Amino acid sequence: MDLSSINPLVLLASIMVASTPILLAALGEMVTEKSGVLNLGVEGMMITGAVCGFVIAVETGSPLLGFVGAALGGAVLSLLFGLLTQYLLSNQVASGLALTLFGLGLSALLGQKYIGIKAPPTTDFDVPLLADIPVLGPILFRHDMMVYFSIALVALVWAVLKFTRAGLILRAVGENHDAAHALGYKVVRIRMAAIAFGGALAGLGGAYISLIRVPQWTEGMTAGAGWIALAIVVFASWRPWRVLLGAYLFGGVTVLQLNLQAAGVNIPVVYLSMLPYLVTILVLVIMSAKRGRAALGAPAALGRIFHASG
Amino acid sequence: MFRLEKRPAPSRFWTASTPVLAVVLTMLAGGAMFAFLGTDPLAAIRTIFWDPIFGEFAFYYRGQLLVKAAPLILIAIGLSLGFRAGIWNIGAEGQYIIGAISGAAFGLAFYPSESILLFPAMIVAGALGGWLWAMIPAILKTRFNTNEILVSLMLVYVAEAMLASVSSGLLRNPDGLGFPGSRNFKDYPAAHNNFLIESAGVHWGVVTAILAVIFAYALLNRHLLGFQIRLTGAAPKAARFAGVNPSMLVVICMGISGALAGLAGMFEVTGPAGQISIDFNSNYGFTAIIVAFLGRLNPIGVMLAGLLMALTYVGGDAAASTLGLPGAAIQLLQGMLLFFLLAVDVLANFKIRFGKTEAA
Repeated sequence: MDLSSINPLVLLASIMVASTPILLAALGEMVTEKSGVLNLGVEGMMITGAVCGFVIAVETGSPLLGFVGAALGGAVLSLLFGLLTQYLLSNQVASGLALTLFGLGLSALLGQKYIGIKAPPTTDFDVPLLADIPVLGPILFRHDMMVYFSIALVALVWAVLKFTRAGLILRAVGENHDAAHALGYKVVRIRMAAIAFGGALAGLGGAYISLIRVPQWTEGMTAGAGWIALAIVVFASWRPWRVLLGAYLFGGVTVLQLNLQAAGVNIPVVYLSMLPYLVTILVLVIMSAKRGRAALGAPAALGRIFHASG
Repeated sequence: MFRLEKRPAPSRFWTASTPVLAVVLTMLAGGAMFAFLGTDPLAAIRTIFWDPIFGEFAFYYRGQLLVKAAPLILIAIGLSLGFRAGIWNIGAEGQYIIGAISGAAFGLAFYPSESILLFPAMIVAGALGGWLWAMIPAILKTRFNTNEILVSLMLVYVAEAMLASVSSGLLRNPDGLGFPGSRNFKDYPAAHNNFLIESAGVHWGVVTAILAVIFAYALLNRHLLGFQIRLTGAAPKAARFAGVNPSMLVVICMGISGALAGLAGMFEVTGPAGQISIDFNSNYGFTAIIVAFLGRLNPIGVMLAGLLMALTYVGGDAAASTLGLPGAAIQLLQGMLLFFLLAVDVLANFKIRFGKTEAA
């Protein structure tokens, strides 16, 4: 065992990379849930985003177009879920599961000709001046654009939810759709927009895995990241900055166990690879123990079906 | 535009016919997908849905049908009980894997036993393994109010890691020249889930699946617990006033579905799969979710849905070998089926009125 081979600075930098996909997906899902819709299809939207992004980036040679395509792919898939739950009033749990199963099949089909190809490289963006700070500079300020984008997006979502009228309406719809409807807000349309936003971010998160983190396409490569994102939303009590914290914590656990594996620590690999999932369960237990749904901060109308003339 | 008017009670006609409508829609959409992939859609649909039962080589495929349907039905029966009561066990795949590992490990521990009691004991071990794995989310749900969907799902990944570990470690065949994978149960008669009727594909798992259907039917229609399950699903608050203990219901429903999934895994690994290996599980635990919904969470429906889903597996294999259809296309077809099913479900619960729309 040689723990000294783990460089804590490199570790921190790789945590930022490992956390970005879950951060994007969890942030999107949080907005969807804030509008009162529980979309369990995050895994399906992520994997679809991963394959859309990869295929488009390989065909065009542009990772940026890949990310745009991934966001579109995720959003289109999420609108299928929206159609089912908002217009055809299906059960949200069942529809979300259907979305995941459908997305896994769809991505396997789309990606079968792209296995074993390498993604076009993305260039890192050095933040001017800041990147030259000794020690901290290379860790925090020499990443690809998506890392900064995801953090900026957390701030944006926080500000919109907290300070703008649009954010207030979104929250109102999520807390009490009947009251929001009575006030004249278009509940279904607002929710469709929130669902599409969640889908687009999940798609971006998936594409980050296939284009930057791995960067290759393999079937089922998201490996539960979408489900972990759902757990992070609960962990974060539906608050944007805590989503960031949660995602980085889980990214940290993932990177740490990979590093421990590489360093040949005297713990069997099987336990290390279980670690992120076990930590997720543990965190869920701690968060849900002794506290009700309301105290957790869950939107009151989460998962309820809205039917105007019902 | 149209608007929806809630029916006082779900329409009986549409409840029975929406699954058929969903299958027809899936065939249409699937046909379009096959055409897009460059396969003749009519030939593909015929190869998947018709040939395995009535075609030239049906004698071979018919046996396969029950082999694939048995685990799907076993798992889906258990899931449907919980789903009815609003208890979402999504991690059947994990319980299926752990059931397979415990059943197989029990048998391998006594290698080379010839006792006739070994196989029944392995069945018990498999069911216990699945039950224990399902008890984790159940206890966390009742004790700490933790979301059972996320916990049971996380445990699938934990179970997969354990499967990878034991198939190349603890349970690896000592005579296998270091290759991963356990001893093959075909060479271990006392622990082998052999065919009872080879031509029909009937093994002990099929028998158990039929028993499970009968058991679930009796439970739901003739037993107080079944009534409580249905009541909790239809009106949770009324159920509480009627004295239903929700925690008990969670433990029982999760327990039954875990044990049935464990049984399915045990029968699969000692029979059709033959050995513990890193990829012996074929996602039956997830496909069973589709089966449960397609069967309308009704035991008889689940049985029919399981047979239909098995048909897509068998026919999909056939289409893969004769028409070169990719395996992922079948997976997508199954996903589509669930989508269409949920979409047309609206017909059972709502009347559609065309005409003037109102603000929504």
